[in-house]
Amino acid sequence: MSNPAALLLEVADLHVSVAGKPILKGLNLRLAVGEVAAIMGPNGSGKSTLANVIAGRPDCVVTRGSLRYLGTSLTDLAPELRARLGVFLAFQYPVEIPGVSNMEFLKAALDSQRSARNEAPLSAVEFMKAARAVASALDLNAEFLKRGVNEGFSGGEKKRNEILQLLLLGPKLAILDETDSGLDIDALQTVAAGINRFRGPDNGILLVTHYQRLLDHIKPDSVHVLADGRIVKSGDSGLALWLEENGYGWITNAA
Amino acid sequence: MSESSNTIDALVRREYQAGFVTDIESETLPPGLSEAVVRYISARKGEPEWLLEWRLGAYKHWRSSPTPHWAQLHFPPIDFETISYFSAPKSQRDGPQSLNDVDPELLRTYEKLGIPLHEQEMLAGVAVDAVFDSVSIGTTFKAKLAEAGVIFCALSEAVQTHPELVRKYLGSVVPVRDNFYATLNSAVFSDGSFVYIPKGVRCPMELSTYFRINAQNTGQFERTLIIAEAGAYVSYLEGCTAPQRDENQLHAAVVELVALDDAQIKYSTVQNWYPGDANGRGGIYNFVTKRGACIGKRSKISWTQVETGSAITWKYPSVVLRGDDSVGEFHSVALTNNFQQADTGTKMIHLGRNTRSTILSKGISAGRSQNSYRGLVRIAPTAEGARNYTQCDSLLIGDRCGAHTFPYIEASHPDAIIEHEATTSKVGDDQLFLCQQRGISPEHAVSMIVNGFCKEVFRELPMEFAVEAGKLLEVSLEGAIG
Repeated sequence: MSNPAALLLEVADLHVSVAGKPILKGLNLRLAVGEVAAIMGPNGSGKSTLANVIAGRPDCVVTRGSLRYLGTSLTDLAPELRARLGVFLAFQYPVEIPGVSNMEFLKAALDSQRSARNEAPLSAVEFMKAARAVASALDLNAEFLKRGVNEGFSGGEKKRNEILQLLLLGPKLAILDETDSGLDIDALQTVAAGINRFRGPDNGILLVTHYQRLLDHIKPDSVHVLADGRIVKSGDSGLALWLEENGYGWITNAA
Repeated sequence: MSESSNTIDALVRREYQAGFVTDIESETLPPGLSEAVVRYISARKGEPEWLLEWRLGAYKHWRSSPTPHWAQLHFPPIDFETISYFSAPKSQRDGPQSLNDVDPELLRTYEKLGIPLHEQEMLAGVAVDAVFDSVSIGTTFKAKLAEAGVIFCALSEAVQTHPELVRKYLGSVVPVRDNFYATLNSAVFSDGSFVYIPKGVRCPMELSTYFRINAQNTGQFERTLIIAEAGAYVSYLEGCTAPQRDENQLHAAVVELVALDDAQIKYSTVQNWYPGDANGRGGIYNFVTKRGACIGKRSKISWTQVETGSAITWKYPSVVLRGDDSVGEFHSVALTNNFQQADTGTKMIHLGRNTRSTILSKGISAGRSQNSYRGLVRIAPTAEGARNYTQCDSLLIGDRCGAHTFPYIEASHPDAIIEHEATTSKVGDDQLFLCQQRGISPEHAVSMIVNGFCKEVFRELPMEFAVEAGKLLEVSLEGAIG
């Protein structure tokens, strides 16, 4: 993984402020193509900010450092352009869009991404076929596609809907922001199965999570611990198990 | 201000797309209103004595009426002496005998507006009575309608050919003294559409009128009268645009609907009058009185409106539910942008027993606009078993616009069931970011979110116009982001 051509994401000395408050303070991170990295850390350490700034959320302002994706700087790209390049964020709290059906939303998303790659939009029939196949893999019935985007969805349905979008859009970099939170054990397994289905040698995943339990189902290649806006410890999947034992108390001691 | 509210701002800014002026020689009366003007209009149309008297009565009353100020609207006083009250394309002096007689320039105007007057196939069964300034210029499908016994013509023509119907129903729903603008219209109304559906007839096609204000400094005062006899059905659509001008223009129309026993009238409006520029300069003042009377038992009148235009909108399509078991409906989308102001809603007047009404209002405010819903539900002591359901939703885009709701409920019968639901929401940065994160452009995202918000109302529009309405919203929000 030392081959620079295989580098999917390179974050160097990244400083990010939200509403004028510094959150990320010199963060360094590399993710190779084909790699699954878990980003762990206590509440307020900057995990969600890292996820959001890569996707281009407008209120996450980069004040210093660089954010490169497949060699391209993301910092000045609008969120939709990043998405069309293959950057995907599964939201921690997916919002509702009343009256816009999931189907209509998914098709608009897929069409705009395909058109950016100079591919013709899928016909309604092709699209429905693809969407139904993904939905059934996630234990979601076809009726689910007709409902408004996240409108009246349960917490578990919202998270599964994020994974549905992940599978349908097929990005190169997937950032999953606490996708395991609020899921019961069955839903967790379904979601994990969906993520494993996506996982492959041509893409990479940043798994932002608080707990080990998602990692029981998705074994990461690397684990990074984030504290106070920096990566303070990196290791392999064993690090996550160690954290499960020891918690995050050592961080303040170390600092 | 965050970056995304800047984006929302820019999306709200947009260009008016129907703002071209048609270069046609027209005959326009000099500005000002007097008894002589009223007499001129009436004489010009060769009207019978009773109609002239009717107009003069209205004029006299109007002279002594104060302008109303109760609406949530702010604009400088209108100088009614600077408005011309009659304009007709010169070549129409004797009226066109067929579409071949219509000025080709005029037809091109309609083409620009997307009304293929002579392309009957393209209209797929929609007959168009086009009103250009004050004179009705051409009607398609007359033959087919005549076969069904349906009368669809200019009101001025109906005055000549069916005076008994006009005399019986004109002003029967909106009386001459109803309100300031209706009174003004009664005095100077220029033309408009007349529809009569005989007993038991289902009108074989959608009827449609496009009004267009073209001549400068000309107020438009059209008047529409639709009568559905017992058991008849008609669906009617009007669309409106006006050229882009710096000064304000007045539009004060009256629409009257009459439904007898078991009759149904569905009236849909797509209103896109020029809203003024991004700084609030120019635009149409739209003061319209629309009312339907469910005279007959089990009759039904349904208003559907998509309002995106006008600098000022003052409009309350209403239903008087006189017949027992009659039904009134109001479905509305009102979108305001830049400096537009809208004060719109409905009145449901329940007089008969077991009368029912539904109100579904969707207001969208963007830019610095102000959007008010004003609705009255009145249950008379005679309206045993009356029911109303009102849902009133507001959507805000950006943080400098306003949404207001003024519901009035007057229930004089103890059995009345009245439900009112209201919500206000905002096109959120989170919604926008979700869409963008999936690769959707902010412009497309906002139009998708707004269309989703309006879906329940669009469902009520005739199919071909639902598509048009969706596109219109998109155009109206162009520049609201990006």
